[in-house]
Amino acid sequence: MSTTGDPFLKIRGLKTHFPIEKGVLVRKTVATVKAVDGIDLDLKRGEILGLVGESGCGKSTLGRTILQLIEPTEGSVHLDGRCLTDLKGAALREARKDFQMIFQDPYASLNPRMTVYDTLAEALLSHQSIPAGERSQRVAEWMNRVGLSPRFIKKYPHEFSGGQRQRIAIARALVVEPKLLVADEAVSALDVSIQAQIINLLARLSKEMNLTMIFISHDLSVVKHIADRIAVMYLGKIVELGTAEDLFDRPRHPYTQALVSAVPIPDPSKERQRQRMLLPGDPPSPMNPPSGCSFHPRCPHASEVCQQASPPWVQENDRLIACSRLDVVPRI
Amino acid sequence: MSPSEPATPSLSVPPASGHTLQEAEKGHSLWQDAWHRLRKNRMAVLGGVFILIMGLASLIGPAMVTHGFQEQNLELRESPPSSEHWLGTDKLGRDLLARVLYGGRISLTVGLVATAVSLTIGVLYGTLAGFCGGKVDAVMMRLVDILYALPFTIFVILLMVFFGRDIRLMFLAIGAVEWLTMARIVRGQVLSLRKQEFIEACIALGLPLHRIILRHLAPNVLGPVIVYSTLTIPAVMLLEAFLSFLGLGVQEPMCSWGSLIKEGAEIMEEAPWLLIFPGSLFAMTLFSLNFLGDGLRDALDPRASKD
Amino acid sequence: MALLDVTDLKTFFHTRAGVVRAVNGVSFSVEKGETLGIVGESGSGKSVACYSLMGLIPKPPGRIESGKALFEGEDLLQMSEAQLNCIRGRRIAMIFQDPMTSLNPFLRIEDQLIEPLLLHGVTDKATARQQALEMLEKVGIPGASRRIRMYPHEFSGGMRQRVMIAMALITDPDLLIADEPTTALDVTVQAQILELIKEMQQQLNMAVIFISHDLGVVAGFCDRVNVMYSGQIVESGATDVIFAQPSHPYNQALQRSIPALQTKGEELFTIEGQPPDLTRPLNGCAFAARCTHATDACSQSAPHLERIGETHWSACLRVQHQEITLTP
Repeated sequence: MSTTGDPFLKIRGLKTHFPIEKGVLVRKTVATVKAVDGIDLDLKRGEILGLVGESGCGKSTLGRTILQLIEPTEGSVHLDGRCLTDLKGAALREARKDFQMIFQDPYASLNPRMTVYDTLAEALLSHQSIPAGERSQRVAEWMNRVGLSPRFIKKYPHEFSGGQRQRIAIARALVVEPKLLVADEAVSALDVSIQAQIINLLARLSKEMNLTMIFISHDLSVVKHIADRIAVMYLGKIVELGTAEDLFDRPRHPYTQALVSAVPIPDPSKERQRQRMLLPGDPPSPMNPPSGCSFHPRCPHASEVCQQASPPWVQENDRLIACSRLDVVPRI
Repeated sequence: MSPSEPATPSLSVPPASGHTLQEAEKGHSLWQDAWHRLRKNRMAVLGGVFILIMGLASLIGPAMVTHGFQEQNLELRESPPSSEHWLGTDKLGRDLLARVLYGGRISLTVGLVATAVSLTIGVLYGTLAGFCGGKVDAVMMRLVDILYALPFTIFVILLMVFFGRDIRLMFLAIGAVEWLTMARIVRGQVLSLRKQEFIEACIALGLPLHRIILRHLAPNVLGPVIVYSTLTIPAVMLLEAFLSFLGLGVQEPMCSWGSLIKEGAEIMEEAPWLLIFPGSLFAMTLFSLNFLGDGLRDALDPRASKD
Repeated sequence: MALLDVTDLKTFFHTRAGVVRAVNGVSFSVEKGETLGIVGESGSGKSVACYSLMGLIPKPPGRIESGKALFEGEDLLQMSEAQLNCIRGRRIAMIFQDPMTSLNPFLRIEDQLIEPLLLHGVTDKATARQQALEMLEKVGIPGASRRIRMYPHEFSGGMRQRVMIAMALITDPDLLIADEPTTALDVTVQAQILELIKEMQQQLNMAVIFISHDLGVVAGFCDRVNVMYSGQIVESGATDVIFAQPSHPYNQALQRSIPALQTKGEELFTIEGQPPDLTRPLNGCAFAARCTHATDACSQSAPHLERIGETHWSACLRVQHQEITLTP
């Protein structure tokens, strides 16, 4: 991956494995869930990376591991030169203002017993001290910034709609002025028209604050719109990485091709004409991943070499693809 | 298909310049919602009212009744209800009304204090176990399992034998047994709460542990705790009655509903009123507490408040 | 005669906060063998309308205030529970959104599959078992003979949805109501399930009502589409026409909101404002407050669906009076 100087966010060899243990007195590991299985990524400051994949691919686990909400089994994460994986205890808590998260469920991500003021003031005060007189003012400013009327400052989460709750959650994450923001399926639980509002908000704030953002989603079209680059994950590994529009229009990895082909197009004539690439079976579980290239059991172009060895990274212009059979895979 | 008109601005709310915080609308908390729901539950309200009346009666009653609860009048012993003694007298001629009211004071106090003891220990223990998880949780809960297996009666008898029949000991003994279930309930709640995303968000913000537990976990655990406490009180009162029935409860001349019932049961055939009055009052109190507890559980059900 | 003919259906919920007019005068019909899509966001009433037909609305607080729903000539809304039970699961089948909770975790798949057959007295147990196995194979479960005796938790999400489809279709119903059947599934699995429903529909010559919020899914699947907003149908017509010639501002706005169709780098198109409060009765058009084409007249008179083309109806006053023409 070409970078000028040290990348803003540097992830090397990141692995998160969950052992499954059996036994009463003596615990023995009988299997390992390899949720994240070796991720290398470089992000520039202010870049938005879209992380897509289906259930079991590990994208949520990856997001949480980067934010040190789950301890990685191996690997390192560097943000703006500082190694996050080495931090522990009070140092880690103090550093957390630099990396924040927005969650999927707008209902569960806010404390139902705290008002908007309580929630935002707590976040504001977690890493700085603000004189009591100023606090309401600062909270009101942030409410404005995310598009909520300060009139609602004393209201409780259950009195808001899903989209408004998500705005509160965004405000909470951003009042500490982080450098990195991970949005884990932040719009998936919202209606289409509200999704658009929240995506616009995130894009605008990201530019204003020069935020580096990792946007996790299973919805390719949403990601294509907001992200600069997209990484496609399958069973804990990245299988393709490239610029958003290019990757969507010309996918190279067979899995990405199937994914793109599965997305319904809201144009009846096009939908009827298209030849859909249907993948057999269901997305596998990360508990016993197949040997070699983990996609080979479902891949229409798989051969012996795919079963035996992990695929190498192939670079085509700005694209990185993990596939051994690119010469055979048709260009779409 | 491309948009032929320029996109409209995306803010759904105009930037508020004129809105001052004085104009902030009042919020409507979940507790208010729950209170509203509780008020509509007739049985729960009746139960609550009865408890209040009972509580008040036991508090000021003994002072207001013409006879003291210890006052003996051997000539009138075992006499049925009359204008002089509304509920009759017991085997030593003591006014049953006064004794029932005084007994209520003891029983209710035992109920409240022992529940408070079990609540305090149980909540702290359960929260710690639930939040720490892993090995700490496993060890703590195995301890609870072991204590659960201890026979309560023998434990209390041992305590009484070693330390004498002090009523304060009874509070401790009962509290020491009831906290186990409270700990389990709280631990279960904390475990499920811990998975909730707002707790993850607190960790992501770098909030210190004590703040997460006190400000975020505790208020959300309160619901089941309140419900279970309300249901523990009658259980505790029954335990006390059981002890009194065994003769291990309060000592003469103090009385509780349990000891009164014991006395009444002994001469049930000759003086049935000595059993009927304390018995029915005790039963009604237990019913009321249970209705109130059920009502609280329905009112505090978080699913009912989700739109 | 249409297979299903719904006229002026009104379903209200009487809650503490007020009367929620979830379905507020909905009329539509479904012909034998055709696929009707009902599209709308949350609160549009699309699910409540279909649940009302099946008698699945909790009463209280729900109540079907008025309307007729003629299924092959008989009014579903006037039927007793016993009569409805003969139709539900036999002539009208339903599949739901969440495959995880739609199956009974305590029963084997085989028992759940033969249940509709036995309940409706279609065949005896032995034949039912045979049909269940055939059905399971038809819906594409590999190793069906081995897996038919398994429990739901041993199947994945996509497989469970297939089992649900098998259960729904085993009695060869005339109408299938599918309520967001693929929303909870991964997109590759969604593609498989949609193909399956299409195949089964053709094989059984069955009508399908497909409820969804996803315009893309509806585009490829349905013959006709009803667009719902705030408890009413605002536009109705053949799929091609609905997409190529949107004739209601809400439909137009909905299509414009789809991210896939917008240019990258520009802000996404959004619909201003919030969906209306269903407890407040409105005099005029429910969408007027958010509509960029609204005039005063729009807030005053209640709109009705009127024909504006051969297979096209719209409830927009301005479109009906040909004051404006909308483009996609």
